Amino acid sequence: MLTAVRADVHIDQVMNFTILAENLGVRRGGRPVLDALNWQVAPGTVCGVIGPSGCGKTTLLRAVIGAQRFTGRLQVLDRPAGAADLRHRIGYVTQSASVYDDLTVAENLGYFARIVGAGPAELNRVLAAVGLAPLAAVLARRLSGGQRSRVSLAIALLGRPELLVLDEPTVGQDPVLRQELWALFTEMAAGGTTLLISSHVMDEAERCDTILLLREGRIVSSGRSPRQLCVETNTSTVEGAFLNLVGAAG
Amino acid sequence: MNDGGTSIGRTAATAERVLRQLRHDPRTVALLLLVPCVLLALLRGILGGGVAFQHAGPVLLAVFPFTTLFVVTSVATLRERTSGTLERLLALPLAKGELLGGYALAFSAVGLVQVLLAAALALGPLGLTTSLGAGALFGLAIADALLGMALGLLVSAFAASEFQAVQFLPAVVLPQVLLCGLFAPRATMATGLRWLSDALPLSYAVDALARPHGWDTTATVDLIVVVAAAAAALALAAATLRRRTS
Repeated sequence: MLTAVRADVHIDQVMNFTILAENLGVRRGGRPVLDALNWQVAPGTVCGVIGPSGCGKTTLLRAVIGAQRFTGRLQVLDRPAGAADLRHRIGYVTQSASVYDDLTVAENLGYFARIVGAGPAELNRVLAAVGLAPLAAVLARRLSGGQRSRVSLAIALLGRPELLVLDEPTVGQDPVLRQELWALFTEMAAGGTTLLISSHVMDEAERCDTILLLREGRIVSSGRSPRQLCVETNTSTVEGAFLNLVGAAG
Repeated sequence: MNDGGTSIGRTAATAERVLRQLRHDPRTVALLLLVPCVLLALLRGILGGGVAFQHAGPVLLAVFPFTTLFVVTSVATLRERTSGTLERLLALPLAKGELLGGYALAFSAVGLVQVLLAAALALGPLGLTTSLGAGALFGLAIADALLGMALGLLVSAFAASEFQAVQFLPAVVLPQVLLCGLFAPRATMATGLRWLSDALPLSYAVDALARPHGWDTTATVDLIVVVAAAAAALALAAATLRRRTS
């Protein structure tokens, strides 16, 4: 299996993967949701978890943040997934915005900032990062869907976690904002943060450093950059590559 | 990295957050604080100022914080579970005890203010007399609020929707109100009912409040039973907050 490495990632960092899965499995109701996954993510990279709805993306993300029981081995930031000390080091954004609808944007952030021990300066930084500073005093329930999910993202940015796990973060965002969010993700990766981002929108995969293609809980392809994927499958898009690989497998 | 917070800080932050949520919902606050007063005044109108009111009045002061905080907590916690904020909190460096402690602090404060208003009305204009001092009255109110909150937290784990959560009110709260001694003295109940009444924590809160000769050792034991039942329900509720699911 190929492992794509960005040119600017130093070789000794490559030895310490931010995420390392060996024979990772999750069964639910007697059915495998994730089946014998072997997969790595290097520090300071953006890894896209791409696949159709129901392929196990959310389950994999929940295993990484420690909310999902699993079999096999899963190391996150050199600790077993779910270790208590990892809770300081991982930011997690669920698919639906996890915010208090009956609090303002600033009150939501203020509460979570006190939970993770981040100061007021940090609060302003994350508000600006997601472009919500003008809406700080607005109740979350009065926001649009896209704005609410940006509040949810801002909460995950508090305290600059080393690993950011985002479940479909760009759903419901307009194209301009999607562009801005991806610029933010790329900038964070350049600053050393590792990002694990799921999406069922294949064209978002083009912006990731490496891609994990999943289908029915199994790996279709992992560790390749979007370009490598396209070259190897002689296609021009990740969607084309996915269809090609699925066709080849079936 | 993020080691700025303390356990007390996170508990206080949670209590403050719960109270802020309430503050943005003035209608709920008004209902919480005014309905007990209206009901007490209504009861005074129906019963007059005689023995019946003198008997039922203190009992209601125990029943109000218990009932209202049961409903408020079960719905609030259910929302926390369904909105994803609970999953988010459990993925953060927040201990379950800090989360539950924050809830307990916030809702005790609500119960205290509720009883403060209701008691001021009952003991003042409505002419209720009690042999209990203010400290005992408010101590019991907090214990009842905690009991209602703890049971509300617990049942929210078994409710899949707000409809179901509200249905736990007649299922969990009403039997306790029927058997607590409000409608018939506990001593005159049939043996089976008496046992059932003995097994329900609200009965002890009412016993302590209805003591004819003021606070005594038995009342202290009653108070301890109520607090212990609340603590047991909280411990069970904590077990339903799972960081990892299968």
